[in-house]
Amino acid sequence: MTAVAGAAGAAVDRPRATRWWVTAALTLVGAAAAGILVGPAGLPVRGVLLAVVGRFPLVHVHSGLSPTDRAILWQIRMPRMVLGGLVGWTLAASGAGYQGVFRNPLADPYLLGAAAGAGLGATLVIAYAPRASGWPVDPVPLAAFAGAVAAVAVSYLVATATDRRAGAATVLLAGLAVAYFFTAVQTYVQQQHSATLRDVYTWILGRLTTSGWHEVWLILPYVVVSSAVLLAHRRLLDVLSVGDDEASTLGVNTVTTRLIVVGAATLGTAAAVAVSGLIGFVGIIVPHTVRLATGPSYRRVLPLSMLGGAAFLIAADLIARTIASPAEIPIGVITAFFGAPFFVLVLHRRSRV
Amino acid sequence: MPLGASAWEGEGNGDPGARRPAAATNTLTLTEDEMSSVTDRQGALPRALALLLLVAVVAAACSSSGSAPPSTAGAVPSPGFPVQIAGVTVKTRPTAVISLSPTATEDLFAIGAGAQVVAVDDQSDYPPAAPKTSLSGFKPNIEAIAAKRPDLVVVADDSSGVAASLGKIGIPTLVEDAAPTLNDAYTQIEQLGTATGHTTEANALVTSMRAAIAAVVAAQPHRASPPRIYHELDQTFYSATSKSFIGQLYTLLGAHDIADAADSQGSGYPQLSAEYIVKADPDVIFLADHLCCGQTPATVAGRPGWSVITAVRDHAVVTLDDDVASRWGPRVVDLVKAIAAGLALAPPGTS
Repeated sequence: MTAVAGAAGAAVDRPRATRWWVTAALTLVGAAAAGILVGPAGLPVRGVLLAVVGRFPLVHVHSGLSPTDRAILWQIRMPRMVLGGLVGWTLAASGAGYQGVFRNPLADPYLLGAAAGAGLGATLVIAYAPRASGWPVDPVPLAAFAGAVAAVAVSYLVATATDRRAGAATVLLAGLAVAYFFTAVQTYVQQQHSATLRDVYTWILGRLTTSGWHEVWLILPYVVVSSAVLLAHRRLLDVLSVGDDEASTLGVNTVTTRLIVVGAATLGTAAAVAVSGLIGFVGIIVPHTVRLATGPSYRRVLPLSMLGGAAFLIAADLIARTIASPAEIPIGVITAFFGAPFFVLVLHRRSRV
Repeated sequence: MPLGASAWEGEGNGDPGARRPAAATNTLTLTEDEMSSVTDRQGALPRALALLLLVAVVAAACSSSGSAPPSTAGAVPSPGFPVQIAGVTVKTRPTAVISLSPTATEDLFAIGAGAQVVAVDDQSDYPPAAPKTSLSGFKPNIEAIAAKRPDLVVVADDSSGVAASLGKIGIPTLVEDAAPTLNDAYTQIEQLGTATGHTTEANALVTSMRAAIAAVVAAQPHRASPPRIYHELDQTFYSATSKSFIGQLYTLLGAHDIADAADSQGSGYPQLSAEYIVKADPDVIFLADHLCCGQTPATVAGRPGWSVITAVRDHAVVTLDDDVASRWGPRVVDLVKAIAAGLALAPPGTS
């Protein structure tokens, strides 16, 4: 029913749909502009604008920025804004994907243990791998990525072993068990190596503060692949929303679809977690906001969530680094501060349906 | 679903001060947690046997600290005892001290009380002669502490109520919190001297520390303006302001701490923005995250945008010993000297 309504809605409300696209795009552009223009170093607005314009081909302007200001703009502020956008984009898209595939409004990208797995991976490397010993790349993000993927894979394997069709409820419960188990191991390892507490804690609170272009290039391929696969499945997600049995009679292989969507969402989530630590609520509140505004069809919810997620996280990070400037507030505090009340609102509305 | 994330953040929280109080009640009503960790440690010990042992330990602890003749051999002649330190009474000269604080361990050995120390916590790695055990100061296990039959326990953090728990079974426990100032650090050394019967040595140590630090301060060259410093606690740019213990040392040596501008809440330990650090352009960078987190002058120079900072350009990025820089014991003198050596790298012309 939802799919039919969504399709009909899309056909009828063409102008309204365009309005949502324009709104989302403008919000993202506005957030990005604010993210570049405002910051604790207090760069001159005119100089920043000229410097950005000067980057366009065939434009030759002198920004008047000092070498220090240029380094701050291009090597610190700009990559951080871009990375925040990519992480928000990915988490929101993954959240929407999880919600669709499990028909569960409370699903978020960490549902199947991605956060717990990433945490365990990072903690193991911090506790057991000798640091400062000529690693070609920082092993912590790689371990976090591998841990996140591994946790979701284990969840799925456990679920399939119990229930050959890997029904939504079975996968969810398996994910819950795996998340708790990985968290237990992580806490134990951390307890045994209390000297590593600080490093682990630092990682959990997020790394947007230290990011540069390196992290952007690191996650870009995963974001592109994950987003492409999710977008390609947006119609199937609409079909899945009527229920597994009904979707099967419509000719959809629910098991395969669920596996592919979860795989893509996990890839994106793992990449995001690897470079940014744990950022909560983005994956829940952005898709729900979009859904409340435009209706339940994933043909809109998915792409609009991507734009909205990017804008939301850029804005949240802007608040995180300016509200107590020049001190930082952990971005998780900002997203949860706005996310938690919103979450209650979503629950409230849902309970009235 | 935030379950995985939130459960993990709660348990994995790195701030030991934020932990739930574990054992605020007396030892005979142990929490599940403590019970299981004790049985874990000693293998699959049956519960009844564990309880029996516990009763024996409590009885022993009570009798040794009670008015009955002390069972420990060295404690018979105790001139100058009992003593009273911050509301804690030490009845006889202690011969079985347990230190769950790396700083207190260093203090005790530096004042000649090392021979009275029977066990120190897993973080007390200095001096090497200290009898390191698996006891934890972050998550103290009352039963494991009591099992060593101490007659004095020193802790640095009492968020889990360890002092009250040990006090109930008659073990005097001194809480020597992180010292807010140098003078507090000196007071703690003197208190430990009083508590262990080494008053003279403690006073001598404090006098020599004061003199050594004063000498370093006096040797500082006159500068037109204070060198700007950035003290890094971890690689996400947590720093310490001049209100903190470590920050006061920089002030003492005439440096200006760039973190001061960021401390609106007065926590003393703000997290700075990368772009602010680059803009503030410190003359010297001190890394207190070398041992814990593998930060070096090379990794600092490789951070995006940091190559324009004066300290990076002039090779004035200095690694400190994390442990020395996070304790408030006798090695503060070494720390002051290391800071002075770092400040000497500040460009004389611009400062």
